[in-house]
Amino acid sequence: MTDILPFLKSLISVSGISGYETPVANLIAEKWGPLVNEMSLSRVGSLHGLKRGTHKSPRPSLMIATHMDAIGMRVSKIVDGFLHITNVGGIDVRVLPGAEVTVHATGSNEELPAVIVMPPARFLPESAGNGVLAIDHLLVDTGLLPREVERKVRVGDLVSFANEPFELAGDVISGHTVDNRASVAALTVCLEELQNKSHAWDVWAVATVQEEVTYLGAYSSAFELLPQIAIVVDGTFAKGPGANGWQTFPMGKGVGLGIGPNMHPFLHQKLKELAERLEIPWFPDVMPTDSGTDAFAVQVTAEGIPTALVEFPIRYMHTPVESAAVKDIQRVGRLLAEFVLSLEADFVDTIVWE
Amino acid sequence: MPTFGNAQLKLLEKLCNIIAISGDEGEVRKIVLEEVKPYADEVKIDALGNVLAIKLGRTRSEKRMRVMLDAHMDEVGFIIVADDGEGIYRFETVGGIDVRHLVGKQVFVGKERTPAVIGARPIHLIKMDERTKKVPLDALRIDVGPAGKANVGDRAGFATRFRRVGPSIMAKSIDDRIGIATLIELFKQAPHNIDLCAAFSVQEEIGLRGAKVAAQYFNPDLAIAIDSTPANDLPLHDGSENMTYNTKLGFGPAIYIADGSTLHNPRLVRFLQETAEAERIPYQFRQPGGGGTDSGAIQRSLAGIPTVSVSVPHRYTHSPISISRLDDWKNTINLLQAALKRITPELVAIH
Repeated sequence: MTDILPFLKSLISVSGISGYETPVANLIAEKWGPLVNEMSLSRVGSLHGLKRGTHKSPRPSLMIATHMDAIGMRVSKIVDGFLHITNVGGIDVRVLPGAEVTVHATGSNEELPAVIVMPPARFLPESAGNGVLAIDHLLVDTGLLPREVERKVRVGDLVSFANEPFELAGDVISGHTVDNRASVAALTVCLEELQNKSHAWDVWAVATVQEEVTYLGAYSSAFELLPQIAIVVDGTFAKGPGANGWQTFPMGKGVGLGIGPNMHPFLHQKLKELAERLEIPWFPDVMPTDSGTDAFAVQVTAEGIPTALVEFPIRYMHTPVESAAVKDIQRVGRLLAEFVLSLEADFVDTIVWE
Repeated sequence: MPTFGNAQLKLLEKLCNIIAISGDEGEVRKIVLEEVKPYADEVKIDALGNVLAIKLGRTRSEKRMRVMLDAHMDEVGFIIVADDGEGIYRFETVGGIDVRHLVGKQVFVGKERTPAVIGARPIHLIKMDERTKKVPLDALRIDVGPAGKANVGDRAGFATRFRRVGPSIMAKSIDDRIGIATLIELFKQAPHNIDLCAAFSVQEEIGLRGAKVAAQYFNPDLAIAIDSTPANDLPLHDGSENMTYNTKLGFGPAIYIADGSTLHNPRLVRFLQETAEAERIPYQFRQPGGGGTDSGAIQRSLAGIPTVSVSVPHRYTHSPISISRLDDWKNTINLLQAALKRITPELVAIH
């Protein structure tokens, strides 16, 4: 198996906030180019890579969807050279004070290093309190003079996390966009595993846009590609400090298979049997209603698509130090590849409801 | 005027990137020794870990004042206090750190600079009302990874890397590495009219402890504490004028008149002001108020020592990233350099 870590590190070193995924899409396109037969962009910017199957046409197709967008912030107001910000996606405001960020300045087409700061309480309305400050009380400082800021930065400019990837002892990668760039890496592992192997089905490797806000990429790519079945790959919660409930799973100990209304029970069963046959450790991840992933969208696209959810545990989700075990990411990639290889031409006809 | 360029900036970068939490100042001490030894007539490391260096003047000895310059080597940070297993450690803060700066930060632990992170329960798994509450220190952990190892007693500090941006620098521990870099520069270019007693002191952040014994060792005629003070020059939410900015970036070195621990020697305050004006060096007075520097400990040492403080202003004190202006630093060096040359016994003489 190839070492996916260098690619993953590059994936979590670029921005790609929901709606503005081009920097990461370019990186993925470059990597997937040699691994697929065709590549295209959807109308809304999702990346589609087609790895053709061997069965005669019309061939069934499987879509594997990983979202490539990231949560972030954008400039809402400029005051005396300081930037006010608002959130894009589910930002945890507790992590913002003191965070290193990049301001994507459209006035000068520059990436400005900056920091998010907490003004002293006496500078804020009493309602701001002394606890966690709401995002609209925080400021971003670029270190530049006010007139330079006015020239370079525009209201609406994006602000992304800028801390560099950390490798923690025990094969753990940590950084600001492990959710969900690690899934993109897992899908890349799958594509690499499939090189020089023959599989009956077409495989659509898809990097979706805007999962963190509206699932736009998932809805639109599923509709355009109309796969017979779909697998969505995303992170779930790892056990760790402060996180020990039933929704959390040990990091580095295997892959998660989603169970719940968003996931087709037959596909879940097949993936589970396959994982067991391959001796890939797995755990059931129960999602009582909405899975909170692209699977929620894909499942109800067109006339409905049988959808499964494959996951790996992430510690400290939606912080700039999201951490995951590289081993789990490799396992997800291998499971996906073996699933593709296991697909008989008539697999869809074998899907049964109890 | 002293030279100021890339070499000084490189040294500051090196000083800001290393970690030296109060009581564990070894990394800074190493650099200080390397830098000052070739220029010093005397250097020693005292019982607390202060580096005390003397550069003698060349004028007639009875005319030479013993001038103590102090900058502190330590910074605020963390200390590992318990091992929870599987690479997870409990920690305490050392020095004044607002706990709201900790969630989601990268840190380095111990002498090997082991990469680690401070995380929190994910936002998806907490109740609505918990989202606006500070995560208390006892709920936070340092995570070095499942195969990682730290030791109880290891220090940790923010992993922020020094950057230069436009007219500014962004770095951790500008407080007080910028003072250390300043003092090294002044020491290397010490004027001949004084005996320069440089105290690179320890444990400022936990009670000005190093400077106290340093002053007692040097027994100087006068002292200047070189530190970095907050610039709270931020806009107010309602657009009204900011009256409590402490200092402002870009307005030059901050001369102290009074703070929480010192009424600074009026003759020395006036002397610095006159020097700045004569040399056309921009300066500002730090707004009188709370806070303090090593001057608080120095002035009360022995039979009392005339003391003043000068600071390079920085925004966002004791946080993962502070911001200072290069011009303010340059002007701080220029002001102190010019002031040292003008020192005569008359300055603190008792009539």
